[in-house]
Amino acid sequence: MTLLQIEGLGISFGGIAAVKDVSFAVKPGEIVSVIGPNGAGKTTLFNMISGVYLPGTGRVVLNGEDVTAMSPHLLARRGMCRTFQNLQVFQSMTVLENTIAGYHLQESGSVLADLLNLPASRRRARTAEAGARTLLKRVGLERAAEREAGSLSYGSLKRLEIARAMALNPKVLLLDEPAAGCNAVETEEIDHLIAEIAASGVAILLVEHDMKMVMRISNHIVVLDHGEKIAEGDPATVSRNPAVIAAYLGAENAAG
Amino acid sequence: MSELLQFLLSGVTVGAVYALVALGFTIIYNASDVVNFAQGEFVMLGGMTTVFVHAAGAPLPLAVLAAIVLTAALGVAMNKLAIEPARGAPVVSLVIITIGASIFIRGAAQLIFDKQIHSFPAFSGDDPIRIMGATILPQSLWVIGGAVAVFIGLWLFFTRTLLGRAVLATSNNRLAAQLVGINTTFVMTLSFALSAGIGALAGVLVTPITLTSYDVGLGLALKGFAAAMLGGMGNPKGALVGGLALGLLEGLTAGYISSQYKDAAAFIVILAVLFFLPQGLFGRKSTDRV
Amino acid sequence: MRLTQKSATLLALAVIVALAPLFFPSSFYYRVGALIFVNGLAVTGIVILTGWAGQISLGHAGFAGIGAYACALAPVHLGLHPAGAVLLGAAISAVLAWLVGRPILRLKGYYLAVASLGMGILISMVLNNERDLTRGPDGIDVPDLGLRGALKAAGLDLSNGQFWYFFCGIALLLGAWLALNLFNSPTGRALRALHGSEIAARTVGIDVARLKLQAFVISAVYASVSGSLLALQNKFITPDVAGFMHSVEMVTMAVLGGVGSVAGAIFGAAVLTLLPQVLTVFAEYEQLVLGTVMVLVMIFLREGVVPSILRKIRGAGE
Ligand SMILES: Nc1ncnc2c1ncn2[C@@H]1O[C@H](COP(=O)(O)OP(=O)(O)OP(=O)(O)O)[C@@H](O)[C@H]1O
Ligand SMILES: [Mg+2]
Repeated sequence: MTLLQIEGLGISFGGIAAVKDVSFAVKPGEIVSVIGPNGAGKTTLFNMISGVYLPGTGRVVLNGEDVTAMSPHLLARRGMCRTFQNLQVFQSMTVLENTIAGYHLQESGSVLADLLNLPASRRRARTAEAGARTLLKRVGLERAAEREAGSLSYGSLKRLEIARAMALNPKVLLLDEPAAGCNAVETEEIDHLIAEIAASGVAILLVEHDMKMVMRISNHIVVLDHGEKIAEGDPATVSRNPAVIAAYLGAENAAG
Repeated sequence: MSELLQFLLSGVTVGAVYALVALGFTIIYNASDVVNFAQGEFVMLGGMTTVFVHAAGAPLPLAVLAAIVLTAALGVAMNKLAIEPARGAPVVSLVIITIGASIFIRGAAQLIFDKQIHSFPAFSGDDPIRIMGATILPQSLWVIGGAVAVFIGLWLFFTRTLLGRAVLATSNNRLAAQLVGINTTFVMTLSFALSAGIGALAGVLVTPITLTSYDVGLGLALKGFAAAMLGGMGNPKGALVGGLALGLLEGLTAGYISSQYKDAAAFIVILAVLFFLPQGLFGRKSTDRV
Repeated sequence: MRLTQKSATLLALAVIVALAPLFFPSSFYYRVGALIFVNGLAVTGIVILTGWAGQISLGHAGFAGIGAYACALAPVHLGLHPAGAVLLGAAISAVLAWLVGRPILRLKGYYLAVASLGMGILISMVLNNERDLTRGPDGIDVPDLGLRGALKAAGLDLSNGQFWYFFCGIALLLGAWLALNLFNSPTGRALRALHGSEIAARTVGIDVARLKLQAFVISAVYASVSGSLLALQNKFITPDVAGFMHSVEMVTMAVLGGVGSVAGAIFGAAVLTLLPQVLTVFAEYEQLVLGTVMVLVMIFLREGVVPSILRKIRGAGE
């Protein structure tokens, strides 16, 4: 059973194709990684799937519904959420508030109730806060809860974004380089966290440059190069693919 | 027919002034991402300084030159004292700073000059020129000609000179410009001087027609700002088209509908344009990279 | 138990409103105080719109104009009680903000600034030019609210200055209470989130367009009520209440004091309302001083006076 179906997505900027005709599918509980060299079009692909960019061609189908170019807030209602490579945290809010913001769909009610601080409004906010604190514990940020997000380290902010996305209780979670800027220990924690989320039935779409991590946790890998899908398959198959080695792993190995 | 022509002629004259003010907004915006609400004060200073230097005995051309140079110097001072130190502040803070600067300049002008209405003789007399049943003042031709000269001069500067290209490069991408060795601080200084000088020139040209006083700046700044946004902020072509469009609209509304509501037409059109083109007529569409 | 910031702000405000009259050199200051409260109410709306939601308006005085002229016109033409006129003005402002806000809030930064500026100018132009209704630039009389008389009959005899001082003080407390409620509510959080990152706000399900519109409407109502109170206490109003300079004044008060915090913005309103009173001796220099203060505060205390100072105190304390 397919949860998220990507069909022939493509987009160009100023006449240059950044992503060309990319298709693949993701099932619930599956971790699908999108890999490729810098500038291959991974983030752009995420941006199209999550409604940030308007795709030039192709379709995105979520749970049988065509959600192409749907606004992100409507996708959120349908169970899609994401994190960002270039961090998008709410800088001047506290870590806790950032996470509570992830509960927006559950906690928001009438503005009037909020203005008057009615019990209903307070109850919704309290429930969200309790959930947020639990999530912060899961990503190891409970001690930073009251700090202003802008004062956190890069690696902590990455985890904060994951917590915020988890708050939506998504069916599909798109993670753009969640382990970037994290040390080995933190990377391993994130690794476990992702596996855990997937185990609870969430479909995960992952972009990550840490190949060890990708090979370890992915069920399926899609390889992009110059915007095109050049290979696809399970980690073992992909890592043996000569085109992939040439385009990507080759460069990595040569460098390492 | 001659009536229409008359409205068009007065519209173009006003539009040329708006275009010059809008150009001043554009130049500073490109160099620093700041919308300078003190732009109208430069226009006021151009007129008022000329009046007072001329009254002190200097010949008109010398007074004009002095007004432009002094205003340009003030523009540079404003950049150094108020804009550069606030680098990176949020938009709303920058709005407050430039409005603060404009209030300051107005207050100073009121002390240094006075609160009276002033003028000086038109450059080529006051005998209206007849064109197909309509009339135009010779000074209007000076205004239109001055605007044309400034736009052509600036276009040559941006396309033909190294310095002009450096300014353009900075407006496209400040960081990249710094990396290739362009002194972006100097570009900013230059932009403020240029923009203040152009504002002062506009003030000089238009004063014999509209007269001037210490408080004419605000209205001009709002119109110039509106014209620049109508054209699409950051685009000199937009400033020209936006300014002329606004002037013509005002001329036609004042002529055919109601002179009280001439400003209304301008702002209704701006709201309408922004409704369909959120970046103005020629503005670049920006996407956030995430 | 530590005071939350909300109760601390409200308590401080209530104490100031109640005790400040003990230090008034003359009864004239009741009037200055009432003006401060009226301005404070308007800037509280700006805090919600600009400080939290990050949207700029250079046209909010237009809504103050609607609130003010509703009080002048509705009692005469519709036979409404002045208190009803305040509500009517607020309702008209809200509806107008909702209609205008939908298209213009799609605009960003300076484009939003010019669009809101245009809206404000259109409103003030109507007030200036529809002489048959508004009597034009010379202004129009506003009927008495009638509450002072009622209080007197009930045994509470306040001077006109005292009455408006306490009435506006209570209105400001109420306005501040509502705003502070909003700050920590789901709506307030969503507003601040979209200010931080619109894209991230969208991905967590925040309907950015709708939220911005809500902030715009709420702040318009604040401005409208502030305009109404100004008209009612002066018993007279001119179209200047809707003018561009009044819009700028609102934003300046909020930003100078600290647009992110209700307390800061009200402080800004107090300072900028007092400044001309203090400077009457140097009336000539008023603009010089005002301009200098605006530039210097924005350069040296970027977040506004109150938040910058609080941050320094906290920083020193750690
Ligand atoms: N908004 C945009 N405007 C213009 N070009 C863009 C835009 N977004 C992406 N691109 C271009 O599309 C190409 C793909 O970029 P993208 O960020 O998707 O790469 P990536 O695979 O995520 O790289 P990295 O591993 O460095 O994150 C690049 O050439 C980039 O410059
Ligand atoms: Mg990327």
